[in-house]
Parts: sequence; structure tokens; C-alpha cells
Amino acid sequence: MSEVMLAEAEVVTGTAPRFHLATEHHPENGTLFGFWLYLMSDCLVFACLFAAYAVLGRNYAGGPTGAELFDLPLVAVNTSLLLLSSITYGFAMLGMQRGALRVTLFWLAVTGLLGAGFIGIELHEFAHLIAEGAGPQRSAFLSSFFTLVGTHGLHVTFGIVWLVVLMVQAARHGLIPENRRRLMCLSLFWHFLDVVWIGVFTFVYLMGVLA
Amino acid sequence: MSELTKNLLGRLSWDAIPFHEPILLWTFVAVALGGVAVLAAITYFRVWGVLWRDWITSIDHKKIGIMYIILGLVMLLRGFSDAIMMRAQQVLSFGDSAGFLPPHHYDQVFTAHGVIMIFFVAMPLVTGLMNFVVPLQIGARDVAFPFLNNFSFWMTTFGAGLVMMSLFVGEFARTGWLAYPPLSGLAFSPDVGVDYYIWSLQIAGVGTLLSGINLIATIVKMRAPGMSLMKMPVFTWTALCTNILIVAAFPVLTAVLALLSLDRYTGTNFFTNDLGGNAMMYVNLIWIWGHPEVYILILPAFGVFSEVVSTFCSKRLFGYASMVYATVVITILSYLVWLHHFFTMGSGASVNSFFGITTMIISIPTGAKIFNWLFTMYRGRIRYEVPMLWTIGFMVTFVIGGMTGVLLAVPPADFALHNSLFLVAHFHNVIIGGVLFGMMAGITYWFPKAFGYKLDPFWGKCSFWFWLVGFYFAFMPLYVLGLMGVTRRLSHFDDPSLRIWFQIAAFGALLIFLGILSFIVQLVVSFWKRSSLRDTTGDPWDGRTLEWSTSSPPPAYNFAFTPVIHDNDTWADMKKSGYVRPVKGFIPIHMPKNTGAGFIIAGLSALCAFGLIWHMWLVSAVAFASMLIAVVVHTFNYKRDFHIPADEVLRVEGMRTRMLGGHV
Amino acid sequence: MDWGVYVCVFDGGAGVSADGRPGGPVGYAGFGGGAIAHGGGAHAGGPHAGGPHAGDGDHHGGDGAAHFTLRGYVTGFIAAVVLTAIPFWLVMGKAFGSANITAAVILAFAAVQIVVHMVYFLHMNAKSEGGWNLLALLFTVMLVVIALSGSLWVMYHLNHNMMPDSMMNMHNMP
Repeated sequence: MSEVMLAEAEVVTGTAPRFHLATEHHPENGTLFGFWLYLMSDCLVFACLFAAYAVLGRNYAGGPTGAELFDLPLVAVNTSLLLLSSITYGFAMLGMQRGALRVTLFWLAVTGLLGAGFIGIELHEFAHLIAEGAGPQRSAFLSSFFTLVGTHGLHVTFGIVWLVVLMVQAARHGLIPENRRRLMCLSLFWHFLDVVWIGVFTFVYLMGVLA
Repeated sequence: MSELTKNLLGRLSWDAIPFHEPILLWTFVAVALGGVAVLAAITYFRVWGVLWRDWITSIDHKKIGIMYIILGLVMLLRGFSDAIMMRAQQVLSFGDSAGFLPPHHYDQVFTAHGVIMIFFVAMPLVTGLMNFVVPLQIGARDVAFPFLNNFSFWMTTFGAGLVMMSLFVGEFARTGWLAYPPLSGLAFSPDVGVDYYIWSLQIAGVGTLLSGINLIATIVKMRAPGMSLMKMPVFTWTALCTNILIVAAFPVLTAVLALLSLDRYTGTNFFTNDLGGNAMMYVNLIWIWGHPEVYILILPAFGVFSEVVSTFCSKRLFGYASMVYATVVITILSYLVWLHHFFTMGSGASVNSFFGITTMIISIPTGAKIFNWLFTMYRGRIRYEVPMLWTIGFMVTFVIGGMTGVLLAVPPADFALHNSLFLVAHFHNVIIGGVLFGMMAGITYWFPKAFGYKLDPFWGKCSFWFWLVGFYFAFMPLYVLGLMGVTRRLSHFDDPSLRIWFQIAAFGALLIFLGILSFIVQLVVSFWKRSSLRDTTGDPWDGRTLEWSTSSPPPAYNFAFTPVIHDNDTWADMKKSGYVRPVKGFIPIHMPKNTGAGFIIAGLSALCAFGLIWHMWLVSAVAFASMLIAVVVHTFNYKRDFHIPADEVLRVEGMRTRMLGGHV
Repeated sequence: MDWGVYVCVFDGGAGVSADGRPGGPVGYAGFGGGAIAHGGGAHAGGPHAGGPHAGDGDHHGGDGAAHFTLRGYVTGFIAAVVLTAIPFWLVMGKAFGSANITAAVILAFAAVQIVVHMVYFLHMNAKSEGGWNLLALLFTVMLVVIALSGSLWVMYHLNHNMMPDSMMNMHNMP
């Protein structure tokens, strides 16, 4: 509260400005907090999808079950790719922290490729399931499986698009405050998606196989 | 070639235009003529440029707030037309007479009425008030994300546009405002109606969610120095809690509607009758959203009443801390009551008891608020200005509605009254008595701040009395009918003894119509007489909070210098302490630039939605891709701000000094 | 998330912004934008936020708040790998006889791993954004728990009362 200073107006009227700041006031930047709030809302979307899976996830309608369908070794590979991409994004942030543009861009690229690998494997898995007659229309279990996992995949895809755009913008304008904020937002997004994936592989794949 | 046409035109054809329904046709003609008249007037007065530069692309929270309220009021006319049609149908359609609305049509009317009133009248009015007032109350120049604010508004508006379009191109949903499956599923509603419903709500929902994030960040981050949380005005507190509810509830709506749309578009089985679907899950999820939604509507109204009561009783609000705690408790508890909307669906005694008890508990903090308002009025010097009249009307009406709510909270009672006209009377009681009266009070209260002149009090009083008396005539009969067992959403009755009640209700609707008309007259007359109603000081009501320290209307930058806060009721404190308004020493002010990106992106999303509704896949794909491109292009724009030079500030402040006539 | 939002430092030499400008354009923007943030500022009371000049932890160090460090990321990564590998092994190797016990154990591991991600990757702590981040997270977690457990409880009873036969063989209902 000590930014109240004497200004010319107050010298004229003789009173110190008790009720206003005489200098420019910069409110704290709200972007990261706002983005965090968005992530919380996204968390609730996923919660609904998890709830739908929890309620409908054993309604096989005489069709295939998770134990019959899920390829756990492949899921393990996928999980590793995503986890790796989290730490490579971390390396990118370390580079950004040091102001090292080329390092940052390199690790961002690696992250993007790992993410693309994740999506590729997931698309392959989906195609295989559909070809086997275990598509999202087969039963409520499969509907909720495809929707939950697919929504996560859509988020990752969007994250990759965003990552590419940011790489272009960072390459063009450098690691200016604007771009740093954006990279931090993407960082939050990317790690958040990994958190959701923990829920997915545990609750959907591992417990699906157990049932 | 026909493959291309199929992807381009989908299931859109000339059949979609209701040439054979005279009511719709003539409505369309009237709307088209009115629309052409408006466009012609804009062209004649050559204000297209002003419209685009100063309003459509504006990121100023004050302008956006005003536009939200205009949207809400315009949609009120549409929603109320639906109400008049329902009342007329129900009074005419007895025994052999079938009225003038076949069931196919009537079902769309009550669905549209609910959807429009909740999503496109109440939400915009509430959002508009919060948008306009909150930054001024906390001493900020704008919200945290001004561009996002503009985008949110256009998303809401385009959502409303889609609903309006369904009147003339295709049909609307016939499922009631919450569109329960299996009725809303593909098997029973294969036509475009439910799709219009889904996409207009998804688009408006994105706007609302982003607006919620925006206002939370604003209140958390942008309060002026010295304004701790417990020094915020009560309206800002209720705005904070409302927006927390928005961010916490709307994602659920998004998810549920997405699941329904997957069922309809891709054949999944979330809510189908077979292949493992469970329609009850939809009801469960939609009410997890739906109950917090009604608190989203009412909390800002409570905030308005707190401001109005303390201003017009010239007294500090009684029990500020308990008001804050009550609001926070309501926010949290609103997540623990949702099942009371479907006691009769069969969850059994243990579940029903739990939710019945929580529902009764949630009425307690609201009761505490009513007492606080009454204690504020006690020994105050009450001025019966129009906002105060609305407030007193609210206190009586809302309490009655709340009591019927507690009655409905008892599961055995609800088993008899669920989906009867008693329920309809209850929720109109609390929404009209609470939300609508609150919005009228708020609009009247802050109108001079927004436009520089007061609303004409005579016509305001007319509007109030028509609304108040009209409400009781329109809805008290419905309580009687509900207790007698009459079901909601019926378009025909066979028992002639019921008719008198519907006639009384229709009379009430007529009175409300006069109330709305009086409000429109009030707007026109006030504009006409604005020089005699002028607010020269910026503080026409002897207000107590910061927004009244600015001119009416405030300058674009709100405050020439950021205020420093020392106490609650900041402006009252400043006036008491001999505050002297600074007239020199101004500095350049950093402001965000206007942009058309929000309007464009929102428009593209509406186009995409229209394509999805009509299965015009190519159109949707192109619109969606364009949307993404537009978003990316927008992010490449780094130059989004400018400075207002110090001598411009000096000039504007100088004008105010002259208007104040030399005295502060 | 005590990032270097209040970026007052561009050391690290070679990697400074491509056009060499120390500041760069400021902007009010949608995602990724916002007004210039200056350290501290006479912001409104309430929980104290940010603190002055939360710059690069590696270089300035010593201001106590969490920053990105290589050590932090690597620790989190190794913990996450372990916490992932064990559940996979438990399920694929059918380590416990009972499916229920296995389920409980892997859910516990998931919960722990989520916390690990929150702390080491998302830098969650009670100080970032003046405690508002943690508050938002806790509120969200509470709602998620209510929505999930509430839905499960309600739907279980609804299914039991309204679709009793299918409770048993919903798997096989066509």
C-alpha cells in the first residue's frame, strides 16, 4: 500500500492523495491463473466422461469386454511416450528459463513428435477395434471408452497444433514475455493431459482388464 | 455431383421453410420487415462504421455489458410471446375445442420458452450486469481478458441467433427445455429440432464458460489497492461466487450435450434404450449442471438487492460478513441437492432422504440474507425509488416461492407434485420474483451510470405494479391447479372446472404484458426526456460503492487514477472523508484495442453449427477449419493495445469538472 | 506455479529474443496474452501473490519459491515411471489373487502419481497465485469427487430399483 505518492494535484490542494494512486497501476497478470481455471473446467468435463464410463462401463451388451480387447503392452508403450513427452517439455521450459531459444525449440519439437507418436498408436488401436466390430456403436461400454479416450486424444492433438504454432511464434519473435506466457500455458495444458492419462490407463485399461 | 450436393446441402430443403403454417409465416414477415427497417435506419443515419468500430468490435466491458442486456431484453420479448401463446392455448383448449396450437407446435413453444428464458434472457441479463458493474466496483479499468469478453458475448448472441433461426428454418426441439432422452435421441426426435437445441447451447455455453473464467480472474487479480476480499462490495462477492459456479457447472452441460450429440450423430449408446445405454444417466448429469445453474441466476440478483437496499436506506448493509458466508455456503451446497429434480425417478428412500435434507438446508443461508436485508431497512431512511420497489416486491414474492420450494423438497410431497403445475408455479415464483425483479432493479439502478440519465420513474412504477400484480394473477392459480393434480406441458384439457383458473392466469399474463410494454415505453420516454432526467454528478442515488465515483457514463478508462481503498462502502467512505477529485497530474493510460476477431470467430462457429444441424458436412468442415485458422491468425497479432495520452485524459476529466459545475 | 512471470531477466546470452528487444510488445489478449506484469505492484490485500521479481531460480536462487530445475523434473519423471510400471506389472502379471485388491492398489498408485505430477511438473504449491491455484484445485477435486461418487451412488440405486434384472446381466442384455 506504499505506492501512494504526492502528485502535482495534491500539492496544489494541499492534501496527500489518500484515495488514489498518482502513478500508473499495473494489476498482476491474470493469464496463467485464468488458464488454470480453464484447466479446472476441463477437469470437470473429463470427470463427467469418467462418470459416464464408471456407470456404463460394464454394459457390454453381449459384446466384447475390456479384458478381451485391451492390448496392455501397447498401452504401456503409449503411456511411456506421453510420460517422456512430459519431461521433454520440462527440458524445453528449462531452456526457456535460460533464454536459450534453440534449446527450447529443439525440446518442443521432440515433445511434439512424442505426442504425435502417442496419437498415431491410439489411432491404430481405434482402427483395429473398429475393424474387429468393437466400434463405439457396439455397446455403452465401448461408447464411453471411445469417447473418454478419444476426447483425451483430441486434446493432445490440439496441444500439438498449438505447440507447432508456438514454435513458429517463438522462432519469429523470440522468447519475449508474451511467448513465455504462452509456453507456460501450454506447459500447464500438456502436463494436465498427462494427469488425465493416469486416470485413463488406471481406470479404463488396467481396471478394464481386471474386471 | 449429387454426393457433393449431399455434403453441401445436407438435409436442408425448401420443406424446411414453414410456408404452410400461417402463424410462423406472418411472424417471419413481421420480423423480416422489422429487420429491413432497422438495417435501413442504420444505413440512413450512416452509423454502420460507428456500429462496427464502437460496439461490435468493442472490448470495453461497459459496452459489452450493455449489449448483453439488450440481447436479454430482446429475447425476453420472444420468450414472452411463447408464454402468451401457451396461456392463450390453455385457456381456449377445453373439451371439443382444440385451441390454435396443435401439440406438435405447442411442444416446441414450451421448449423454446424455457430454453430462451433461461439461456438467452436470464443468463445474458445477469452476465451483462456483472460485466458492466464489477470492474467499476473494484476500481479496475476493464476485465482481465477484454478480447475474450467480446468473444464470449458474440458466442452467446450467435447461440441465440440459432434458436431464433429454428423458428423459420426447420423446427425446434419438442422435448422440454432439458431435452431428456430417449425422447431427444435419434429414434424419437430424428429431425433438426434437438440438433438446434444442442448446438445453440454448446455455442452459448462456451461463451458463458469463458466469461466465468474472465470474471473470476478479474475479481481475484484486478482489485484496486486496499480492496481486500472482505472490503469488496456485496455485488462483487455474489459475482465471484456466481462465476465460480459457472466455471464449475457449465463443463458438465458441455459434456452431457456432447454425449447426446454423439448418440445422435454417430450412433453411440450412452442414452439409448438398448445396447447398454441408460437414459437416467442423462437426467442425473444434466441436473448436476442444472441445479447450480439456478443459483447462477439468483446470486447476482441477491447482490443487486444488497446494493439497492443499502443505498436506498442510506445505511451500511447489515451483517456484511454473514452475507458473504451465506453466499459461499450457498455456492458449495448447490452441488449437493441436484437429485431433488428427479425424486420420482426411483432412486429410493435413502438417496431421496439425503437430497431432501440437503435441499432443506440450503434454504437457510437464503433466509439469513432476507433477515439481513430487513435489518438493513430497519431504522433506515427508506427512499421508495423504483429499484427499491422491485426489491420489496422481491422480498415478498421470493419468500413465497422459496417456501413452496421447501415444500417440494419433501420427497413424499414431491411424489404428488412433481411435474405438476405446482412445480411450474414454484420455479416461476422464484425466477420471476427473484431473478427478473432483481434484473429490473439492477437495470433501473445502474441505468443512469451507463447512459447518463435516469429512467422515468412514473413508467417504472407502472411497469413494477403491472409485473407484481400480473405475476400473482398468472401464477397463484397454477399452485391451485397443481395441488389439484394438473400436469405441466399439456395443450388440451377435458375438465371444464379447471378453466376458470386458466382464465385468471391468462389475465395475469395480460397484466405482465402491460408491464413489459410499460418498460418499453419507459425506455422511449426516458430517452425523450433525457435532458430533464440527466445525471450530472455521476452519483444520482447517493450511492455507496466505487462505481458512483465516476462520471455517468464513465470514460473509456473508468478511473483517471486507480483508486485506493480503505473501507467497505468505499465511495460512502470517500464522501465522508472529504474526498477531493484530482483535476491535474494525469498520466497516459494503457488500454486494449478493439478487435473484430471475436465476432468473426463466433460467426464461423455458428456457421459450423448450422452445418452440423442440417448435415451439411462440407459447410461445417470448412467453417471449422476457418475458425481454427482465424484463431491462429489472431494469436499472431501481438499489437493489441495503445495508450490514451495524458492530455486526452485531461480533456475528458475537464469536461466532467465543468459538468459538475465547479463543485465536487 | 511461481513462474518467472515477472520476467525481469534475460540472461543466458545467446537465446534472447530474436529481435533483441528487451520488452517486446505488450498486449491484452485472449489466451496467452495479458497486460504487462510488473513485480509486486500495490495489489489488493488478500493472500499475498507472486512476490517481487520471481525470476530464474537457477541463477538468482534463494527466494524460496519453486522454480523449474532439472533435478525437479528428473525426480518427478523417475517417480512417475516407477508408479506407472508397478501397476502395469501387477495387472499383467496377475500378482495378487484378488481383482479387488489389485484394483484398490492401482487406484492408490494413480492417486499418488497424480500428486507427483502436480508437484513436480505442474509446480503446484500453496503460494502460487497467492494460494488461489491450490484453492481452485481443491474446489475442483471436491466437485469431481461429488460428481463421481454421487453419480455412482444415485445410478446404482436407480438401476437397482428401476432395472433390477439387468443389474445382474447388463453385460449380456442386447
